[in-house]
Amino acid sequence: MADTHYVLEARGIMKIFGNHVALDNIDFGLKAGEVHALLGENGAGKSTLIKILTGAYQPDGGGIYVDGAQVSLDNPLHAQTFGIGTVYQEVNLLPNRSVAENLFLGHQPLRFGFVNFRKMEADARVILKNYDLNIDPSSELGSHSVAVQQIVAIARAVQLSGKVLILDEPTASLDRNEVERLFEVVLGLKARGLAIIFITHFLDQVFAISDRVTVLRNGKLIETRALDALSRTDVVRLMLGKDIAFSGATDVEPSEAPNEVLLEFKGYGRKRSVLPFDLTIHKGEVVGVAGLLGSGRTEVARIMFGADPADQGTVRVNGQPTAIRKATDAIKHGFGFCPEDRKAEGILGDLSVRENIVIALQGKLGWFKALNRDEQMEIAGRFGESMDIRAASLDMPVKLLSGGNQQKVILSRWLATDPAFLILDEPTRGIDVGAHAEIVRTINRLRDEGMAMLVISSELDEVVAYSSRIVVMRDREMVAELRGKNINPGVIVQAIANNPDEAVA
Amino acid sequence: MKRLHLERLANPQLLALAAVLLINWILFPNFFRITWQDGRLFGSAIDVLNRGAPVAILAIGMTGVIATKGVDLSVGAIMAVCGAVAATMVVAGYPTPIAVIAALGVGVVCGLWNGFLVAVLDIQPIIATLVLMVAGRGIAQLITEGYIVTFNDPTLIFIGTGSLLGFPMAAVIALVLMILVTLVVKRTAIGLFIQAIGVNRSAASLAGINSRMLLMLVYGLSGFCAAIAGILVAADIRGADANNSGLWLELDAILAVVIGGTSLLGGKFSIPLAVVGAIIIQAMNTGILVSGFRPEFNLIVKAGMIILILMLQSPLVGSAIGFFRRDDKRVVSK
Amino acid sequence: MTIISKLALAASLVTALTSVSIAQENLKGLTIGFSQIGSESGWRAAETSVTKQQAEERGIDLKFADAQQKQENQIKAIRGFIAQGVDAIVVAPVVATGWDDVLTEAKEAEIPVLLLDRGVDAPEDLYLTSVASDQVLEGRTAGDWLVKEVGDADCKIVELQGTVGSTPAINRKQGFEEAIAGHANLTIARSQTGDFTRAKGKEVMEGFIKAENGGADICAVYAHNDDMAVGAIQAIKDAGLKPGTDIKVVSIDGVPDIFAAMVAGEANATVELTPTWPVPPSTRSRHFSPMAPNPQSSSSPSPSSTRLPTIPRANTTPARA
Repeated sequence: MADTHYVLEARGIMKIFGNHVALDNIDFGLKAGEVHALLGENGAGKSTLIKILTGAYQPDGGGIYVDGAQVSLDNPLHAQTFGIGTVYQEVNLLPNRSVAENLFLGHQPLRFGFVNFRKMEADARVILKNYDLNIDPSSELGSHSVAVQQIVAIARAVQLSGKVLILDEPTASLDRNEVERLFEVVLGLKARGLAIIFITHFLDQVFAISDRVTVLRNGKLIETRALDALSRTDVVRLMLGKDIAFSGATDVEPSEAPNEVLLEFKGYGRKRSVLPFDLTIHKGEVVGVAGLLGSGRTEVARIMFGADPADQGTVRVNGQPTAIRKATDAIKHGFGFCPEDRKAEGILGDLSVRENIVIALQGKLGWFKALNRDEQMEIAGRFGESMDIRAASLDMPVKLLSGGNQQKVILSRWLATDPAFLILDEPTRGIDVGAHAEIVRTINRLRDEGMAMLVISSELDEVVAYSSRIVVMRDREMVAELRGKNINPGVIVQAIANNPDEAVA
Repeated sequence: MKRLHLERLANPQLLALAAVLLINWILFPNFFRITWQDGRLFGSAIDVLNRGAPVAILAIGMTGVIATKGVDLSVGAIMAVCGAVAATMVVAGYPTPIAVIAALGVGVVCGLWNGFLVAVLDIQPIIATLVLMVAGRGIAQLITEGYIVTFNDPTLIFIGTGSLLGFPMAAVIALVLMILVTLVVKRTAIGLFIQAIGVNRSAASLAGINSRMLLMLVYGLSGFCAAIAGILVAADIRGADANNSGLWLELDAILAVVIGGTSLLGGKFSIPLAVVGAIIIQAMNTGILVSGFRPEFNLIVKAGMIILILMLQSPLVGSAIGFFRRDDKRVVSK
Repeated sequence: MTIISKLALAASLVTALTSVSIAQENLKGLTIGFSQIGSESGWRAAETSVTKQQAEERGIDLKFADAQQKQENQIKAIRGFIAQGVDAIVVAPVVATGWDDVLTEAKEAEIPVLLLDRGVDAPEDLYLTSVASDQVLEGRTAGDWLVKEVGDADCKIVELQGTVGSTPAINRKQGFEEAIAGHANLTIARSQTGDFTRAKGKEVMEGFIKAENGGADICAVYAHNDDMAVGAIQAIKDAGLKPGTDIKVVSIDGVPDIFAAMVAGEANATVELTPTWPVPPSTRSRHFSPMAPNPQSSSSPSPSSTRLPTIPRANTTPARA
């Protein structure tokens, strides 16, 4: 028995769904004043463990202890009374109510039985000050950035519970500056003695603020250790049970005689979306797109694909001038597009893996040349295997797959159409390390097979790894095109920051 | 795979139908007595098929609409309009085929109008179709000038009250339409596309599906089905009753689709099961008629039965009973 | 197309107006506000159009307001009429309650108010008179006819009610039951609602026929309106029986289709809702000779009368050739 005092502790937790053991004898201890990262591939059991710690699930074995005393958490509200609060990736507050109301929802200060708005807003101002948030408490929550909303959510959780704070992928939809802002808040709470569980897919962020790390794999506890004794490679090895290596810079030095030109965009743009840009894309080439969130990266992808049609400029496909007004036009020319928001624009959640894979090919074939079930099975099976899609069955709804497997499904969907040009918007965001590696491998393979690609990513190491060329976006404008030796994170950061004096090479 | 057939038989819709028929049989032992009379089958069970046909036909069109996450409130009014068109045209001396084709055409145009509002102007389906729901009956009244337009056209009357191989024409038409539409939806990619749009329209559009065309198609089909139902109902009573033809039938059609297991949130759908849903509703109606309940109880009995059927279908009850939706367990264990 | 009932009602409106001691020729140039329920049925639409037509013929400036089945619209319309200073207001009230305030306003403005078709729950001094048909009497007339028709023979009756809970359905059922009470040989075997529509009338009759031994046990069908009776006649024919002979058909209203059925021998009687005295000759039925004035109604009601009964009269099948 550890002699350390744990604020929140789980001992020998078991959770079984049907005949699947989701958590197998997990021990987990959380100390006051620490940031404790909880890591694992998708499906490792992280979210199940969190749901048990917050009372959303009941364990099938083992016990939960708060300050050494065993408790039973009936539901998240009940867990709150023990000081355990949670903040999720998607802010689940009320965007159309004021910041103050969101902070105090359900606990509004009352006067004569009515909500005392003045007191509520005054209290809110005091709380917000603790978080260095200088916003009007009476303003609508939805009018603020996701980061501010996220901080309000944290403030609310701390206000209501105040002992343990669980952050479930809070940074997934934030940009770099916002993440730093959030981290300041988290470190401030840590200094106040809160125990914080931090879940993320970004290893950088783990190393940036965590003190200890617990790694789960396939429902089993692998290791709990202080982070300062671990390297990144160690952590990845713990998570995957194997070494994975990203190739450093691309070894495909762009040959001086590039392949034939596939696409030529000239003065291509869309008002209030992207300033006109020129871009030529060759066969067998990966054009990486770098830039901060909101720099116009996604917009470039969308106008190229016709999802939002361009209103100026021209495009030539194989030398022929053409017009791409809508997605079907682009698909006719052999384009494919994996959008950034997988859930809202990518997957067809309730449809099967098989249907999700064949849908674009079927769309191309039209209404009347229907693929029969056997053909669909054959296609889906082929890609399921080559892309290593982990699904119990090709007929199961795609929404039940992990994020990484969903991404592979969408990639397969386009590969099935035998595309000439593939646009990938953040193909590796929010997916587990294994799927990440698989997708990077696939990008490299497709390039070698002669496909042209445009890949948007905020992971600089990753863009550098597979791109033949990199274009940099800033303020809705394509500001630089980097080749050869210039394809390295330092130059990219410099280009994004537009700060030539401060080379970060 | 072999189990598939058994599971199909054990689906909740057919169980519910069996239950309703059983109750009818208990309340009225002659329910299944069918005799041969004047060259046609005659009996309460046949009445169920005949009277259920208009709602079944509406449900065929409504299924497609609901699968795209839409709803068509205007079908009842379209029935009135099309019935009025057919009746006034035969009365005015046009040949029956012309009158029928014109009525069907009007139905399709009404449907396409709905489709235009939904697909092109992006108006929410419930609002878009409300327009015609309200206006349609007015248009029908204009056509009939407020009267019941009666006719004696033998062809039209045959469509409404004739029989084929002993079965009522209305039921035969509903069956043929069900088979045709189901085949078209299954043998082409249209069914898959409809589901894709219903599940996630923006993802489906990005995957290269022309969602506008498809929405126009499903609303057009719904209007077409409403036209057929309207002609049948008018032909049945030999008169176009603009005020009452199809009144509230849109709700019965939606209910039939829901009983048939298609979610109002769009996605997976089944046309044959929606038709079964319509038959269930009619079996209840006919059961109430022959059972001799006082009319004050009609709506209560019907509501009670519907609650029971929908409860049987809820996944919660389903997994508790555990005899259907076997997939759910796999879902949880994932 | 001539629909007797609609004309009759329009006529009854004019009657009501003339009866309130305003001589017919004096109507010319008067302004009358008419708040109609809406156009929920063809009958109602006909009433509206004939009222407009009659007003024009008589030189009345008719202000028409369609309430679309909403009482608040009617109240608004009546207040509008008061503001305009009309000479009289005619209301076909959509519901029975909630009229006291607006009727008081009209009274204070000294504008006479006439109720049409339906009554209201308000003190009688708030309105001049009410022109409506006596629905209990209609039902009783139908019942009396059937009692006389079957004599001592046993007769199992099936009843097609109007919309559940509607006043005509309640009253016509009550009147019919009063008429057959005390005649043990007449029994109502089944009673269901046909919602006043042809389609439902047909469907319900089909059910009744199945439930009553293929229709062999049914002696007569009593329908609360002619439309349901027309539907029932079709159902009887579809079942291979002869309406009018195998199953007697009696109903209420007197619409042309039921007269056509009577001519064909498929219906036996209808209760014609025709107040006989003021109907212009041109609006009389084409099939039947003008009816003799009913002695009850030959004298004009006094202005104080609040109920102007429409006198039902059983029409029976003319001898078939």
